[in-house]
Formats: sequence, structure tokens, C-alpha cells
Amino acid sequence: MREVVEKVDLAFEVNGDSVRLAVSPDATLAEALRDDLELNGTKTGCEEGECGACSVLLDGKVVNSCLVLALECGGKSVVTIEGLAREGRLHPMQEAFVNHGAIQCGYCSPGMIMTAYALRLENASPTEAEVRRALEGNLCRCTGYRKIIDAVLSLNNGESRHD
Amino acid sequence: MIKTSGDTGTVNKRGTDQESLIGGRIPKLDAPEKAVGLTRYLDDIKLPRMLYGKILYADRPHARVVDIDTSPAAAMYGVRAVITAADIELVRFGFGSDNTALKGEKVTCIRDEIAAVAADTPEIAGEAVKRIRVTYEDLPVVATIEEALASGAPVIHEGAPNNVPFRFDYDHGDIDEGVSQSDVIVEDTFSSQRVAHCCLGTSGLIAHFGPDGRLTLHSLTQVPFLYKHDLSRIVGVPPEKIRVIQPPIGGGFGSKLDVHPFEPICVFLARATGRPVRMVFTREEEFFATPTRQPMVIQLRSGAKRDGTFTFRDVRMTLDNGGRTSWGATTPWISMRTFSSLYRVPHVRQHVDVIYTNNIYACAFRGYGNPQATFALESQIDKLAHELGMDPLDIRLKNAQEPGETTGQGMVLGTCGLADCLKTAAHNAGWDVKHSGPQKPVGKSRRVRGLGMASLFHVGGGAKIYRSDGCGTILQIDDFGGVTVQTGASEIGQGSETVIAQIVAEELGLPIENIRVVNNDSDLKPWDVGVHASRTTFIAGNSALRAARQAKGKLLVAAAEKLNREPDELDLAKGNVVDRETGEPIESIGKVLRGMHFGRKNEMIQATEFYEPPSKMPDEGHKGDISACYAFGTHVAEVEVDLDTGVVRVLGISAAHDVGRVINQLGIEGQIEGGIAQGIGYTLTEEVKVEGGRVVNPSFTDYKLVTTHEVPELKLEFIETHDPAGPHGAKGVAEAPLVPVAPAIANAVYNATGVRMTDLPLTPERVLAKLNESREAERGATDG
Repeated sequence: MREVVEKVDLAFEVNGDSVRLAVSPDATLAEALRDDLELNGTKTGCEEGECGACSVLLDGKVVNSCLVLALECGGKSVVTIEGLAREGRLHPMQEAFVNHGAIQCGYCSPGMIMTAYALRLENASPTEAEVRRALEGNLCRCTGYRKIIDAVLSLNNGESRHD
Repeated sequence: MIKTSGDTGTVNKRGTDQESLIGGRIPKLDAPEKAVGLTRYLDDIKLPRMLYGKILYADRPHARVVDIDTSPAAAMYGVRAVITAADIELVRFGFGSDNTALKGEKVTCIRDEIAAVAADTPEIAGEAVKRIRVTYEDLPVVATIEEALASGAPVIHEGAPNNVPFRFDYDHGDIDEGVSQSDVIVEDTFSSQRVAHCCLGTSGLIAHFGPDGRLTLHSLTQVPFLYKHDLSRIVGVPPEKIRVIQPPIGGGFGSKLDVHPFEPICVFLARATGRPVRMVFTREEEFFATPTRQPMVIQLRSGAKRDGTFTFRDVRMTLDNGGRTSWGATTPWISMRTFSSLYRVPHVRQHVDVIYTNNIYACAFRGYGNPQATFALESQIDKLAHELGMDPLDIRLKNAQEPGETTGQGMVLGTCGLADCLKTAAHNAGWDVKHSGPQKPVGKSRRVRGLGMASLFHVGGGAKIYRSDGCGTILQIDDFGGVTVQTGASEIGQGSETVIAQIVAEELGLPIENIRVVNNDSDLKPWDVGVHASRTTFIAGNSALRAARQAKGKLLVAAAEKLNREPDELDLAKGNVVDRETGEPIESIGKVLRGMHFGRKNEMIQATEFYEPPSKMPDEGHKGDISACYAFGTHVAEVEVDLDTGVVRVLGISAAHDVGRVINQLGIEGQIEGGIAQGIGYTLTEEVKVEGGRVVNPSFTDYKLVTTHEVPELKLEFIETHDPAGPHGAKGVAEAPLVPVAPAIANAVYNATGVRMTDLPLTPERVLAKLNESREAERGATDG
């Protein structure tokens, strides 16, 4: 079991804010976000890097936050699902997910949206094959993915293929 | 995308389709909150002084419990309670009354719950259960149906000395007569596997007792009112002292129709500690300690006349029930309806044996026995067509149910769009061109393509398996045209909240933004049987529609009085009272409401409705008009099979569903697309593998779900038959799209390769083995 261990100081940036925390050396980034910072938008569906529900950006790259130790994030920048909306307005990716019916139970949605957001940081106009590849590590049991793929593609031209 | 069936269609009476919310692409009302990560699921909820619960499982399939020593766990710092069967009253529950929350004497499957801990942190709880010492005396393991039925087999439960706890029989007509009428008879054995619901959010519960003895549960249940009643008996708290709060849930699919042992365990921990206790499963627990889809072996024999007319169908079904009974044992009840009523067939007989083994057990899962039955039936119909030299489309059209028929099982088909579904799905898939003739390899590759079809029959207007299949609505309108709808319906991600808001907004002529749906607290919401059987749009929709109509009637009377008009000269639209004829706005709804409230009469608008569908409970022979209407559909799958590897890839699915009427186009597409994806997983890759009673692949690494790569080209079409019983003509749809996927794919594999797959899933190994078998047979025939 986790013995009573000395917590270690961690300073990093989360959604643009400087954050200082004391965390257990074995705490994952997902645990630090959810338990210490109450950023519960990051979900955990398997805690072994298979489902993608905990996807966040670490220095601009998408990672499974359940597989990253919190202490690895010292001095780095993390963006979570809570960091996308600006001034109360949904990020266009979030809006696309809502308007395309890409969200049902919603449990996979934060991870999906973060992965799609990360894809578009690197590739502003991904093809359908590129979208499928980027999202291959994010499981969804409700939607069958079609509407998720459509939502991401809709941002290419500011509109959806289907609408 | 929508096709209206000419025979039975009616047009929107108000002629306001372009402005109507009904049939629109309406984003889910709860989606923005989910998109920004603010939705609080069960594992995001922390109550003050909350403890964390953890269960110790037997981890052996069959054994006597000799001794349990909890002292090493109890001695740990941070452990607040340790309980075993000795600490609780053991109340039997479940469909077979063969389960208890904790097991004290005998273990009958690896997931049997032995002890539980509540501790300050999940880590302490996890370590504490590991320190509990249990001494077992192992018993011989019954790992298969054959072992369970062998003479001298170990008895798993004393109540069933032959290991057969249930048998079910159904029949209509006379099989012997059907046999004598047949020109062709075919017989096959089909098998299907255990699959897991794989809800992305795992199972869990928060239980806590108030100082008044009231028990509050944050529960993922799909059936809050039945749950209260069942749990009450197990934990000894009167139902009226139980409050069920339903936080948003990370997927349901039928997995939460039962009270599972962890739920009373969590309540017992809360009682023992006097503190809130939260229990949330790990993914591994979710795989081995929650029930699966019911695996089935189906021996099917059926016949037809030379012209393709079906004559009889004889079904023997054997179920591996596992070591305890949840709803899995009852899934044959739904399978019967497909065998008896998807097509016209005069003579049907079905016998079901449910067999105890020491495997894990099964519960409800989207389709409830229907996917298994449809796989067998639609595969065999394809074979019959082949034997008769008929096009598989033609044999189905020849026998398809039609509107107005009463089936052999006593179901009355008011509307039925099956023929339209068959023709539409086939047409959209290019059936005439692609299905006929031997399939040629794709280019120079060793891959071949083929097309296959399958249809489905399912309840579409609820399912009266309890004495009430109803749903209540309480509707209130404030002084400004804001509406609060308290519905009995439960939202599990499928979009019922949005559909109910649409129906109410449409009736009251208000923007959908004005409607608030309250659906997650048993202290506030009226009774509903639960979210299952594809019933919510139909039942809760009808209930909401009727409540809204009452409210509208009151509003129009008040407006007429105020405006010196007759109520039937007025209507409601776009937030106004309008002239019914011209649509001219006369007065805002808010002004009429305030006039009612603060004027002479001091009235406000409140409406209540309890809607009970006009369906009947089946009789002892399983016959009767169980649903207020019935759903039909057809899928045509196009596949590519690699002849060297046996890998099957689904290229496309053309689906046509008789949904009565589309209420939310966006939502219904989501249901169909999601159901198809689950169906593809069920057909090709998913299996909870159990060896010697043990689950050997309890992770997403070893249990292969469909990902973005496996989603094929989809062509969806909705056949609108406008069922008179449905809200705006709608039928239920939620389970339907999963049901025909497996046989459509298996039939396409046959069309591509000439080999018929009878065991799910269609793994490359299985397909390749069949391909090799058929090659050897061909070679043998050539050599001979």
C-alpha cells in the first residue's frame, strides 16, 4: 500500500494559471488534476492508458494523464477540458461536438475534445483518415464515432460535411 | 434522409413543419455542460467525511468458505469498517433468489463478494481487503454446460439439484403439421458469447444515512423506483425512507437494471460507519464483477415451402447461467418474440434450458436476448433462401409481417414498415448489383466482398413485464413562460431529456430554452418503471405530451376569457397566443400567465399526468400484446474478407428503421450509429473470455472494442409509419440498431466466401478455419 509518504512540491501551469501543489510522488497527473485541483472534467475510464478519457495537453502534446506522474509535470504547461472555453463561450471544437450530436453520455467527451483539439494545433485541416488516426486511442461506447469524426471535420471549413 | 411510408403516413396537421421542433436536429440540452467538463459524474462527487468502499472477491469459482479473518484489515489505520456475511442479514435477491450481498458459506463464481472495507482513502481500502485472510475448501469446478449436465455433476445450488434452475416453453401452431408442409428443412446450431457493456464510466454508488434514518443513494440505476423497492428489502430500510439521486452516468445499455451485490454492500458499509461511503469500480472489476450479455447456444430448425413460404420453426436454447442469476436468464422471453413474430410463421415451438455453472453471470444488455435470436434466425433464413434458390430479399419480403396482423404470439401490429425497411435498406446498399453472382477478388488481392441482410423486430411502445409500464409527469409554468417538467424518465445519455423538452415546447409554443427537465431525484420525480426496453421516447414522451396538452388547454381557456374569444379559435406559437387560422400573434404567453396568477382568479398552471400504455402483460404461455407498438428495421452489410487471414472488415451498413416518426433527427441518428458500432464489436471482436470460471481478459488491452477505424460508411433511413399510439407517431428505437448487425455481417461473409459462420464472434481464426474446411471439402470433391 501507499505508506504515509512525504508529499513533494510541484509547480506547474494549468490552463494558463501558475499552480503550486504538494503531491505524493506516485500521484498521477489525472489524480492531481481531479483530486487536488477539482478539475473533474478530466475523466478516468481505465487508469491504464487504453480508453483516452483522461487525455490532456502537456506542453502542447496530448497525453493520457493517468499514465503521467504529476511530478513529471514540474515547470510544464497543462491544458485540460476546463481550459478551452473563453469568457463563457465554448471553444469551436466544443461547439462542434455539441451541434453535431457527438456527445451522448459524455464520459469520453472531454478526452475526445482534447485529442481533437491537439490534432488541430498541429494540423489545421486534417483529412478524415487523419482524424480517425488521431482519435484511435479514445474509446466511445455510445456514439459509434461517426458524429465525433464529423464534428472534428466540420471545423476544416467552418462547417460540417453533412449540414 | 427520412422516408414517409405512403400506406400509413399522415401529414402534420398543423402544417408547420418548417417551424416545428419535431423531427429537427436538436442538440442535446446537457451537451454544453458535458463539453466543457463541468458535468459531475458519480466519481466526481465527494460528500463531507466520505469514506471509500472496496470489495474482496472470492477469486475462485467453486468453494466452501471455511473461515474469514478480517482482523489484519481491521487493524489498519484508516479502516473504519470491515464487513462479512456474518455482519449482515442475508436476504436473498435476484431473479433466481440465489444471490445475497455477501457470501458466507459457499462461493459459486469468482466474482462472489466475500467481504468489504470502508476506509479513509481508496488506497487504504484496497490494501485492507488484500489483508483479509479467507480459508476455502475448493469444490470441483463446473466450467461448461456439458459438465453441469453430466451425471454426477457437482450441485451448484441446492434448490436446483440437476443444475437446471429454469426451463421456459413457448409454442403456437403445431410443429408436426409445419414439418409435413415443408419442402425444405434446415437445421443449425448457433452460439454467441459473453460481451461486456463497457460503459466508459464504471459502476459505483454513494450511500449515506441521515440522522432520521433516511437513506440517500447517488446511484447509477436505470430503474430508480424498482430499485428502491428491491434494495429496501435487502438492506431493511422502508422504501419511503430511501431517496435515489441519479447523477449523470457514463453509459448504461441495460447494465443497471438490477440491484447488484455491491449496492447493498455499500449501504451496509454506510450503516456500519455512520458516514457516506462511495464505491467506484476499477476497469478490471467492471470486467469480471459485473454481469455480461447472456451467452446462448441456439439449435434452430426451420422449414419453408418451395415458393419460400415459412412453415415452422423449432428452437432449443441453452443458456450458461453462471453461478448466480441476474436478468440474463430471462432474456429468452424477448428472443421468443423474434422467432415467433418477425416474419409470418404458422408453427413455432421454443424450449429453453437455463443451466447453472461456476462461470460469471449475465444481466440485461441492449436488445435483451434479441441479438442472439436474430443472429440465429436471420442466418438461417439466408440459408433457406439459398437452399430454395431464392434471393434473400425476396424470401424475406414474401414472409414479412404487414400492418394490421396479429402475430402467433398475440402481438398486434398496428403499424409495420418491415417491407419498406427491407426494400429501402437493400436499394441503398446497391443490393441488386452487388449481391448477385459469385464474388470476385478485389483487384489482385486475396480479398473478396459480399453483401448480407438481416431484419429485426422489437418492442417499440414499452414492454409490460411489470403490472405497470407507466410514467408520470408534473408540469409547472412560471409567470414568464418558463416550464419545469418533472418526469419519471431517466436520462442515461440517450437524449430523453431533450426529446421531452422538444415535445413540451412544441405543444406550448415556447422556445426549447424555456423548458427545464427534472429527472434525477426520486423525491421529486413521479414514478416510472425505468429506462429500458426502448421505452422512454414512447412512454415518457406520451406522458409529457399529455401533461403539456392539459397545460395548453388551461392556457387557452384563460387567454380566451381575457381576449373575449373562444379557446378553439386560439393556438400557441413562438411564445404567443395566436389566432389559430391566421397565426397572427395576439398576446404574449407570459402576459396571459401573469394575468391568471395576479388577476382576479389567482391561478397558476400546473398539470399532472400518469400515462399507462395500452399494452398487456403476457400470459403464462408468454403470449400477449406486450407493447403498445412494435419496431422493425433492416440492415444490409457490405464486408470484405481476406481469404489468407480470415479478417472481416465491414465496409458499409445501410440501415432502414421503422421508427414511427423521428422526434430528434440528431438524437436518433446517434442511437442508430452507436447501436451499429456496438453491433460490429459484438460480431467481430468482443468477447469476455472465461476459462475454468476465470475471466482472462479483464482490460481494454485484451478486450477489443470498436474504434474510429472500424466505423464503416453508414446509410441511414427512417421509415415513418406514424404510429397512432406514439407521441407525434414515434416508436422506440434505442435497442433496435444493435439487433440485426451480426446476422447481416455473417450473411455478407457467406455472400463473399460461401462459408456460413454460426459462432460469434467472427474472429479471423474462426473464419479462416471455416475457409480452410470449405477448401478441403472442395479439394476432396475434385479429387473424388
